[in-house]
Amino acid sequence: MATFVEKVLARAAGLPEVIPGQIVDVEPDLYMSHSASWRCIRALERLGTDRLHDPSRIAMIMDHISPARTAKTADDQRLCREFAARHGITRFWDVEAGIAHLVLMEEGLVRPGMVIIGTDSHSTIYGALGAFGTGVGFSEVTATWVTGKLWMKVPGSLRVEVEGRMPPGVTAKDLMLWLIGRLTADGATYLSVEFHGGYPASLTVSERMTMCNLAMELGAKNAYVPPDDVTRAYLAERGVPPGEYEEVFPDPGAGYVRTLAVDVSDLEPQVACPHTVDNVRPIGEVAGTHVDQVFIGSCANAKYDDLVEAARILKGRRVAPGVRLLVTPASRQVAARIAREGIHADLLEAGALITNPGCGACAGDGGAMADGEVTFSTANRNFQGRMGSYRSEIYLGSPATAAATAVRGVITDPREFL
Amino acid sequence: MRMRIRGRCWLVGDNVPTDAIVRSHLITRPMDEIRRHVLEGLNPRFPLEVRTDDVLVAGRHFGQSSGRAIAVRALKATGVGCVVAESFARTFYRNAFEMGLPILECPGITGRVSEGDVLTVDLEEGLVIDETTGSQLQAAPIPPFLRRMLEAGGIIPIARQLAEGTDR
Repeated sequence: MATFVEKVLARAAGLPEVIPGQIVDVEPDLYMSHSASWRCIRALERLGTDRLHDPSRIAMIMDHISPARTAKTADDQRLCREFAARHGITRFWDVEAGIAHLVLMEEGLVRPGMVIIGTDSHSTIYGALGAFGTGVGFSEVTATWVTGKLWMKVPGSLRVEVEGRMPPGVTAKDLMLWLIGRLTADGATYLSVEFHGGYPASLTVSERMTMCNLAMELGAKNAYVPPDDVTRAYLAERGVPPGEYEEVFPDPGAGYVRTLAVDVSDLEPQVACPHTVDNVRPIGEVAGTHVDQVFIGSCANAKYDDLVEAARILKGRRVAPGVRLLVTPASRQVAARIAREGIHADLLEAGALITNPGCGACAGDGGAMADGEVTFSTANRNFQGRMGSYRSEIYLGSPATAAATAVRGVITDPREFL
Repeated sequence: MRMRIRGRCWLVGDNVPTDAIVRSHLITRPMDEIRRHVLEGLNPRFPLEVRTDDVLVAGRHFGQSSGRAIAVRALKATGVGCVVAESFARTFYRNAFEMGLPILECPGITGRVSEGDVLTVDLEEGLVIDETTGSQLQAAPIPPFLRRMLEAGGIIPIARQLAEGTDR
């Protein structure tokens, strides 16, 4: 009787079973590297070979700095482009594509049961489609390019059962912030976090992405939502029929380090306050806090439905005087869809600055703050100095809370706009 | 690789993010500059006074947030001989072995050693000895596979050996 992660890692290690704590060599199905790909390439030079195990498993996406900001970043990006062309790496996306995680999922490359490594800590997001995704260092990705293998310590598992009907104006982001506040930033360190129950089953893939993405901020190694018809429909829309993947489910009676039951029926919007993600308060305790900037972006919350949620509040209203609203769509596909559907214009008319797709301000690519400034952000991190001055502050919350806050210029409960 | 490290103890608390080890705006600067700012937000004396082989002792979940390996490289560049913590964030843990920075997980160390104490860390036995107070703590020994990686100097030399093996 095994948990999701025990089953998926056993398969990738070619073993009949594995147990938590065991160190195994797995053969990942996909190796993602983002703007740090140039570091992987430089490490390959140190490795002294350019014979790659399987170029079709390599995916490179230029997302953290897009387009190039300096001659140095332009050089780095050219190195990646030329490397991809030379080695026949067809899964290469350039500066226009958007955030790596979104691109891979939109392209149908992330499938249930896969083992995926990435040079980004939020690679836990792939659990939204029932895959194992985890962040590793860039030289680990390089080593995997050559050997096809990487060591993994089999983690224990945390099972979170979520039930109840989410109240209007409250979202998967609020649930995750609440959970991080309750369990703290190391509440799931080294653990595989499985989300079960009626609530995750009721969500879109996009909302499941938000949950699995934020699981990283509990210290999780990976996250997981069991694949179902929602997963299958998402993949089918991207040309991936069920015959092309193998869904993996935990066995009944599998052993968990901890099981947690959560009811969302009375949940309120939540806000993570400076300077840690687990410094979480219900909206009522921070409402009225002045902001200088609102950032709607990042792999946590800049997907299509996130922007729809924000636009529902912003349409026909104006961003408060003196407040800067930055909107950074997660991907080119998201940007194209909001343009087609008129949401792009709604946001612009409300006073938003819509930037090119990518990581944007969350990764320090624009949107820096001056001393003493405050940003309300839909991203997943609020550590001191992450967005400019060391003496600036970041609050985190849902796209709806961000939109309501942009309109009023102070942190605002989005339920006032329902 | 040396299996015993002896130096002065520096303390930091729980949940230290990589952003606090090296602030985001410094990550593209030369290492010689980065080195002089490591952990300055938490302990301004640290980058100025740290000496080769000093031991950094942290609380739970050291190196959380981004998996950027520069946090490990920068700590190594300060001369720190070993980091001992209640627990590490997993990407920091991986990067440390990959970059050849010895680390030990020592549950219960918080409050048992003081800043400035002279510590001897025995990586082989997983022992932390406080010479100032005479007390001794048993940490989790480093798994053999990871000790091999430390000894080889990281994952790239190991991958090189594997690649050469398959080339033959």
